[in-house]
Order: sequence, then C-alpha cells, then structure tokens
Amino acid sequence: MRKIVAFVAGLVFGLGLLISDMANPARVLAFLDVAAIAEGTWDPTLAFVMGGAMAVSALAWLIAYRRSAPVFGGSLPGAPKQSIDARLLGGSALFGAGWGLAGICPGPALTAAGLGGAPMLLFIGAMLVGMMIYNRVDRMLTAAPA
Amino acid sequence: MPQDWLNGLIGGGLIGAGAGLYLLGAGRIAGISGIAGSVVDGLLDGLPRRALSAWSESLLFALGLLLAPIPFLALGGEIDIRIAAGAPALIVAGLLVGFGARLGSGCTSGHGVCGGARLSKRSLAAMATFMAVAIAVVFVGRLV
Repeated sequence: MRKIVAFVAGLVFGLGLLISDMANPARVLAFLDVAAIAEGTWDPTLAFVMGGAMAVSALAWLIAYRRSAPVFGGSLPGAPKQSIDARLLGGSALFGAGWGLAGICPGPALTAAGLGGAPMLLFIGAMLVGMMIYNRVDRMLTAAPA
Repeated sequence: MPQDWLNGLIGGGLIGAGAGLYLLGAGRIAGISGIAGSVVDGLLDGLPRRALSAWSESLLFALGLLLAPIPFLALGGEIDIRIAAGAPALIVAGLLVGFGARLGSGCTSGHGVCGGARLSKRSLAAMATFMAVAIAVVFVGRLV
C-alpha cells in the first residue's frame, strides 16, 4: 500500500507542476527575473504556486502532528533539525546558482523528462552526475577524522 | 495573467496534496532531490535488505513524476517546455543543482513545499539562500 501511495503522490505532484506551468523553465525564469518588475513584465505565477503548495502542505503537517503514525505504517518524520550550518547554506547557494542558470530544479526536471527533448535530458544527466559526485564527496567528508 | 495565477494556485494545491499524501500515507518527505538522490545512492552503494522498501518507494514516487504528463495530456492539458540555456549552461546548471541540493539537504520541494510549510528554521534559511542566489544569477545574466 505504501508503494501505491508513493506512486500516486508522485503522479499528483507532477500533475500540479504541469497545471501550474512550473515544469516550463521559461516560466520559472520569468519569476526569478525581478528586474522585470520595473518594466512591468514580471511574472509572479511561481509565488502563487508556492503559496498554494505550502498552504496545503502546512495543513498536512497539522494533521500529521495529531497522529502517532502514518496511515499505511512506518513512522512520521521527527522534529526538524535546528542547526543552520555551512553545508546547508553552501549547498543551497550552489543549488540556487544552478536553478537561476537554467530555470530547472529536480521536480520539474523529472516531470518534463519526456517533454523537454534533448536539452532536458542533458540537464537531468548532469544533475544525476552531480548527485553521484556528492555521494563520493560525502563519503570522503564522513570518513575524514573530525 | 489572472488565469495563469489561478492555474498556479490550483497546481500548487495539487503539489501540496501530493506532498501531504506522501507524508500522511507513508510518513515521508516529498523532497525530489532527496528522492532522486536516494535512488542514486542505492545504485552506487548497494542496498541492504532493510533499505530496499524505502528505496523502491523513492523510485515509485519518481516514476509517478515521470509519467504525470500522460494523464495531463490525455485530459487535454497543454504545455510548451521552453529551455533558453545552451548545452554548456545546462551541464553546469545540472551539476550545481544535483550536487548543491544534496549538500544542502534539499531543493525547492523538500525545503520549500515541505520544510518551509512547517516553519523549519533550516528550510527557511535554505529557501532564502537559494532564492536570493537564483535571482542574482538571473540578474547578472541580463548584463552579460
């Protein structure tokens, strides 16, 4: 049952990205281009998408906090970690640089994998290589004596 | 434009619903970089038997994303994917997105839709950082 939930959740999440047009990199870049505010051509759609997504997600968290376990077994995530460290901020800065460069982040990349032709597949390939490099670097960092 | 904003709200609501379903149904965070990264890690490191079911859930969530265009197009949805970046920029961007999101423990979905919605301090700091850097990169891109 958990496997069906995972597949359906991915499907619904992807449909949301398609309906909101966030699977389209040009739309994401039109939001990030704040200089367009002065020109009157700025596209605020991403803010509506993020607002809608966070509102529904917040509701789900409120329900989760009242439950002792997920509906189909396993355990709920614990309280969020508190420490804001260099890995969090450095990683987020690198991620933001790549996001701004192409207008593509992981969810839209996978959702539009079959729609975006060779350029999207090139991005996805590079993203997976970036994750493989992280896997090796993380192992070295963890193995190194503190 | 208002039609776009409405589609944004509806689509956003579905994104939140997908994340909420994964959380309440399976107790898991719908962070796409975490999901894709755990699939990659499982392939590189091998999978002990006890990790196999979590790994297959990640794989199935990713499969749901990949197949989402089929019902969307079947229901008459239209989408035009426009990618302005050239091949070198796409390679650099992909490497930065993949490596950066794993190092920073999340991307727009994990830190934004999931962590930000429960006001996690780490997620809010991550969101502020990647939004600011992405906006700065687009701004500099205008100048060059």
